[in-house]
Amino acid sequence: MNLIELKNLTKIYDGETVVDHIDLYIKENEFVTMLGPSGCGKTTTLRMIGGFVSPDDGDILFNGDDLTVIPPYKRQINTVFQKYALFPHLNVYENIAFGLRIKKFKASEIDKKVKKMLKLVGLEGYEKRKIDALSGGQQQRIAIARALVNEPKVLLLDEPLGALDLKLRKDMQIELKAMQQELGITFIYVTHDQEEALTMSDTIVVMNKGVIQQIGSPTEIYNEPENAFVADFIGESNIVEGIMLKDKVVSIAGNSYDCVDVGFNPNELIDVVIRPEDMTMCDKEHATFTGTVEQVVFKGVHYEILFKSDKQTWMIHSTKSADIGAEVHVHVEAFDFHIMRKVSAC
Amino acid sequence: MLKKYGGVPFIVWTIVFTVLPILIITYYSITLKDGSFSIDNFKMFFDPRILNIVKRSLSVAVLTTIFCLLFGYPLAFFMNRVKPTTERFLVVLLVLPMWMNFLLRTYAWQAILGKNGVINAVLSFFHLPTQNLMFTQTAVIIVMVYNFLPFMVLPIYTVIKKIDKGIVEAAEDLGANQAKVFTKVIFPLSLPGVVSGISMTFLPAVSSFVVPDLIGGGKSNMIGNLIEKQFLLLSNWHLGAALSMVLVLMILISVYFTNQYSDDEGGQLW
Repeated sequence: MNLIELKNLTKIYDGETVVDHIDLYIKENEFVTMLGPSGCGKTTTLRMIGGFVSPDDGDILFNGDDLTVIPPYKRQINTVFQKYALFPHLNVYENIAFGLRIKKFKASEIDKKVKKMLKLVGLEGYEKRKIDALSGGQQQRIAIARALVNEPKVLLLDEPLGALDLKLRKDMQIELKAMQQELGITFIYVTHDQEEALTMSDTIVVMNKGVIQQIGSPTEIYNEPENAFVADFIGESNIVEGIMLKDKVVSIAGNSYDCVDVGFNPNELIDVVIRPEDMTMCDKEHATFTGTVEQVVFKGVHYEILFKSDKQTWMIHSTKSADIGAEVHVHVEAFDFHIMRKVSAC
Repeated sequence: MLKKYGGVPFIVWTIVFTVLPILIITYYSITLKDGSFSIDNFKMFFDPRILNIVKRSLSVAVLTTIFCLLFGYPLAFFMNRVKPTTERFLVVLLVLPMWMNFLLRTYAWQAILGKNGVINAVLSFFHLPTQNLMFTQTAVIIVMVYNFLPFMVLPIYTVIKKIDKGIVEAAEDLGANQAKVFTKVIFPLSLPGVVSGISMTFLPAVSSFVVPDLIGGGKSNMIGNLIEKQFLLLSNWHLGAALSMVLVLMILISVYFTNQYSDDEGGQLW
C-alpha cells in the first residue's frame, strides 16, 4: 500500500518548469531520499508535499485521498526545515511543545511527550535553554524533536544536516536512520549529498532539472546507474563516449573491449561509465588499458591517479601510489564497463 | 590616525551640545534668582497647578501612544502582506509627510479643524451642525497621532518584515492556522518593534509643546508649554530648568523600561 503518491506532479516558476511531471510512490515506513544538485526540484517537491507550495499540475495522494486541497496545518505531515526555523522567542521545551499546545493536549501529557522526545534526541535537561544558546547540532536535534513529537505519519526533512560539520553529520545520519526504524515513520529526505543518501535510504530518487533520473535502492543506484548523470552524481565516475559495436562489445577511442551489456543498436553512440575503484593496476599481460600517469593526489584512504591512454584520461582509486610519467597497466573486468544510453537533451 | 582621532568631532559635538547644556540647566535648576543654591524650584513641581499640567501631559502622551499603536500595528502588519510594489508605495505614503516641515503640517491641521476649516465646510455643505474642533484636547491628540504614526509603524513594520518566513511555515507545519500563527509567533516576535514604537511615540509626545500651543490654543498646556513659558515669557529660567530636569528624568525612566523589553532584538530606529 502506498502512503503517498505523486502523480504527474508539476510546478512552474516564471515560465520555468522546476518540477516536471514526476511520478513517485512512497510506501509506509520507507526512508526515501530525493537526491540531486541544487535547483533540481527536490526541495520544491518536498514543499509541495508539505503544503507550502501548490502544484501547477498533477496530484498528491495521501492514503489515497487528495492532499493538495488540505492546508499545511491540517496535514499529518511534519517538516524539519533546512535552517531549523526554531521559534526564537520560546525555550527548548516550548519549541517542542508548540504543536501539542496547538492541538490542545493536556499539560501532563505534553510534559510526558516532550520529555520523551528530549530523551530520544539526547538533550535531557535542556528544557529551559534559549534557542540561541544551543549549538547547530543541538538546534538540529530540537528541530527533529519538535517535528517528531506530533507523531506524524510522514516526516519531511529538507537538507537537515547541511549546516553541520562532517563528523556530526555522520553521527546524525546514523541516529536519524535509527530513529526512523524505531518509530516506524515514513521519512522523505532531501539532500544533495550522495553519501548521505547512500547511508540512510531505503530508496533513492535521483533528480535533475525537475525530472526523476532514477529510482532505486542505494546499491542499485550505485552499481547500476541508469544514465551518465546518475553515474556522475553518485560517487566518482569515468564517463567516456563509446560506440556499441554489437552485443557485449564496446569501442572506446577506436579500441574494442568486452562488456556484458546487450540490447543496443549496432554502432549506437553510448556513454561508458567505469568506477575509479573498479580500475586496478596490474601487470602487463592482464592490462585492459595502458597509459602514462599524469597526476597523483593523496585522498587519505586512497590515491587518486589520473592516467592517459589513447588521448583518453581515466581516474583510478588505488591504495598504491604511482610515479608521474610512469607507464601503468590497468585491468577492468568486463562487467565493470557500464554502458548507458545517451540522455536525450532536454 | 582616523581610528584614533575619528571620534573627536563627535566627542566635541557631544560636549558642546549635550553635556554642557545639561550642566547649565542643572546649575539653573538648583539656584535661585539671587544666585543662592536651593531646591525650591523642584518643590514647585508639587504645586497643584503644575502637577495638573504634568498629569495632562502624561495622559495626552499615553492616549496618543495608544491610538498610534491601535492604528499603527494593523497597518504595519498589513504592509507586510501586500505585494512588493504596493508595499513600497505604502512605505512612501507613510514617510512622505515626514519630509515636510513639522510646523507646516501642524498649521495645515489648523486649516482642517478650524471654525471655517475643511471639516466644518463639509458638514455645513450637508446642512449638518458645525463642530468646535479647534482648541480642544481631542484636536491635540488627533494631530499628535497624525504626527507620530510613522514613528510607531516603521519599527513594527521592520521587525515583522525581519521575521523569518521559515518560522511562519514551521508554525503552520505544526498545526497553527492563520490566527494561531499570529498570536503565537508573529505577535510575540514583533514585541521589540512595539516597544520601540511606543518609546518613539511616547517620548516626543510627552515633551511636545508646538501642537498643544497651535492646536490646543493654550487651553491644554503640557509640560513642554510650561517650560517654554518659563524661559520665553516669564524669564524664570530657574523654574524652567528644574521642570526640564524633571522631564528628562521622566524620559530616562521610560527609556530604561523600554530597554528592559527590547534587549537586542532590533527594531529600534535609534
